[in-house]
Amino acid sequence: MTEDCDGEEKDEETRRWSPGQGSSSRGGGSGAAASSPLKTRCVRGRVDQAPPFSGQVLENVLENVLQFLACRRDRNAASLVCRSWYRAEARTRLELFIGNCYAVSPARALGRFRCARALVLKGRPRFADFNLVPVGWGARFSPWVAAMAAAYPWLERVCLKRMTVSDADLALLARSFSSFRDLTLICCDGFGTPGLAAVAELCRNLRVLDLIDNDVEDEDEEVVDWISRFPETATRLESLSFECVNCPVNFAALEALVARSPSLRRLRVNQHVSVGQLRCLMVRTPQLTHLGTGSFETVPAADGAAELDVAELESSFVASKSLVCLSGFRMVAPEYLPAIYPVCTGLVSLNLSYAVTTAEQLKPVVLQCHNLQTFWVLDTVGDEGLRAVAKTCKHLRELRVFPFEATEDSESAVSDAGLMAISEGCQKLRSILYFCQRMTNAAVVTMSKNCQELVVFRLCIMGRHRPDHITGEPMDEGFGAIVMNCKKLTRLAVSGLLTDKVFEYIAKHGKLVRTLSVAFAGNSDLSLRYVLEGCHKLQKLEIRDSPFGDAGLLSGIHHYYNMRFLWMNSCKLSLRGCKEVAQRLPRLVVEVFGDHNKDLDSDAVEKLYLYRSLVGPRDDVPSFVKIL
Amino acid sequence: MEDVKGSDGLGDTELRLGLPGTSTATRSAKRALPEGDEESHDELRRTSAAKAQVVGWPPIRSYRKNSFPGRKVEAEAAAGLYVKVSMDGAPYLRKIDLGVYKGYKELREGLDNMFKCFSLAELSRREGGSGSEYAITYEDKDGDLMLVGDVPWEMFISSCKRLRIMKGSEARGLNSRH
Repeated sequence: MTEDCDGEEKDEETRRWSPGQGSSSRGGGSGAAASSPLKTRCVRGRVDQAPPFSGQVLENVLENVLQFLACRRDRNAASLVCRSWYRAEARTRLELFIGNCYAVSPARALGRFRCARALVLKGRPRFADFNLVPVGWGARFSPWVAAMAAAYPWLERVCLKRMTVSDADLALLARSFSSFRDLTLICCDGFGTPGLAAVAELCRNLRVLDLIDNDVEDEDEEVVDWISRFPETATRLESLSFECVNCPVNFAALEALVARSPSLRRLRVNQHVSVGQLRCLMVRTPQLTHLGTGSFETVPAADGAAELDVAELESSFVASKSLVCLSGFRMVAPEYLPAIYPVCTGLVSLNLSYAVTTAEQLKPVVLQCHNLQTFWVLDTVGDEGLRAVAKTCKHLRELRVFPFEATEDSESAVSDAGLMAISEGCQKLRSILYFCQRMTNAAVVTMSKNCQELVVFRLCIMGRHRPDHITGEPMDEGFGAIVMNCKKLTRLAVSGLLTDKVFEYIAKHGKLVRTLSVAFAGNSDLSLRYVLEGCHKLQKLEIRDSPFGDAGLLSGIHHYYNMRFLWMNSCKLSLRGCKEVAQRLPRLVVEVFGDHNKDLDSDAVEKLYLYRSLVGPRDDVPSFVKIL
Repeated sequence: MEDVKGSDGLGDTELRLGLPGTSTATRSAKRALPEGDEESHDELRRTSAAKAQVVGWPPIRSYRKNSFPGRKVEAEAAAGLYVKVSMDGAPYLRKIDLGVYKGYKELREGLDNMFKCFSLAELSRREGGSGSEYAITYEDKDGDLMLVGDVPWEMFISSCKRLRIMKGSEARGLNSRH
């Protein structure tokens, strides 16, 4: 359930990523501060580096202490104390988090951290999800897996986000690490069922195979029955998620696999699994905690002539006493939805964002979900559906309302009224993503006052430049109130008609903001300047179609080394301005590119992506990218 | 959304068969967004002025966008999804609105009722077959003849262009695939 998981929020996937490690706190890059003069050698026994004997003892003691330190930020801080601490920390870091794969090279990262057993690696910038980064831009896993195959024979876990992973990469991964247990791929591409087959077959200790929102491509002739490739003996599988794998799976093999996986607790199937088949699976796995239901619909070819009775389906849910997280419902036939009533009171997380349901269909479900903390839904349930949520789900922490029709001029059944209701009913809310067509400042202000726990506020008014639909004013005051009143806010996405004023508010009050997303907003360079000068904790800034030019860009020179990246597309930048940034900040990589057919020599810059890096310009630059 | 009406303004005066608001002229293939939805059913609803679609806006992953190909909430199915239904041997065709059916079962019942007068279904049932001496097939948007019932209902109604009820030996050939 990581639609747009940026790791900032404690969404489900990163939460269950081993409680002791990889907490949601962040640091930029790989932890090696750009200003650190220390070299990355940390090999014991090198005479010129070896400390005196007493120092060695101290380092051993230190290592024993540091192994309990899991938080990445704390480790980064510890490594800066002195060389001894640096070495000890490097030897004891078990999980390597690299927020931008180009900020560091495999050789350098692996050279410093010799004992890591887990890698979290992120590639493309988030706007790649919306087709703004041309295909072939980069972020390939190949050099990493090749380096790790040599350096980390004991590697256990890999989590990749927005990387290009080929079938060959997966095969190499599967062959190279005998203790390998967890593979999580989020928003990746480049692989198909052959790669999955290799993982299934060769990773004998596999516990987690989670494929989330990946673009799994298969030519029709090449589809491989990967489910059948798992070993015939009992497996150690704890989690299997393949909702994004678009081709049908061999159901008999899946059922058999599930039957011989006694540790399986999380199972999320794709939409080719019918509700009848789901029931067979549930019978085999009553101990599931997380279930992705697939289509939740009868498919005559799969289910035979008889349709599944709702009562029969309900009995399966009655038997699944441990369910806390439900998702799927890809094609849900509304008459089957009541089958989940038996588990509603126990649910902590419910994802109905692929289920086209009305308020009337939703209400009986949601009115039983008293313990719900995470809820994803489609806007087809309307303000009325959201009112039902507000009435019941008093412990709600995360809400995402997605549009059924994601176009600018669509009709959306949710509006400021729904937001207002949620703010009144769900005051423990920490994270919200809300797509709508009509919004008012009043509703946003009310939310800012009622929901003081907000850490993530992302409001997307789909019609561009839309003002408050009652007063006709820009949405400045609403977002301003959010940054003013929500003192814990770290992530913000703005939309609607916005002037420079809102950025002045954000700069003044959004002192903890780390991620900011801007689209079709602002009047002038002032906006960008406010933000870059005022938001001291800003790490990730992504901007599109806003009138910001070189002057604004240059106002961030003092801050870019502290950021993970800046992305700007369709703004008013020129090559001259970008070049100046590149010259003045040598450790920054400044990439400019346009769409493939754009003329790279014209002075206007269509897309800018800049990020700090320890290793300078990357060597896999495609022809349409220019590094300044 | 797209420039369905020709920019020369003469499109409105063109004589053609079809409901007002639809266009049989070839649409502009240039769309900024790689949308998966089937346009022909939605054209009737899109009467608002054509706004150029912007790439990547609203910011929804294409995976999610393509999850609802031509789907509608039941309440919204105002325009209807009319397709022609032909039955082998019947002298004339019928037209049905796929939007009024909730699933395959209702569709089969509806077709049964509609073509009862040709007594083919009854005939085959009386002969001991379970009414399966005929097969319901459809032509999808690629022009291929497909057996009804294989894909989820929502996917079916968005890709079905016309229905054809086949009988006898032709049907047997298809049925043996089960």
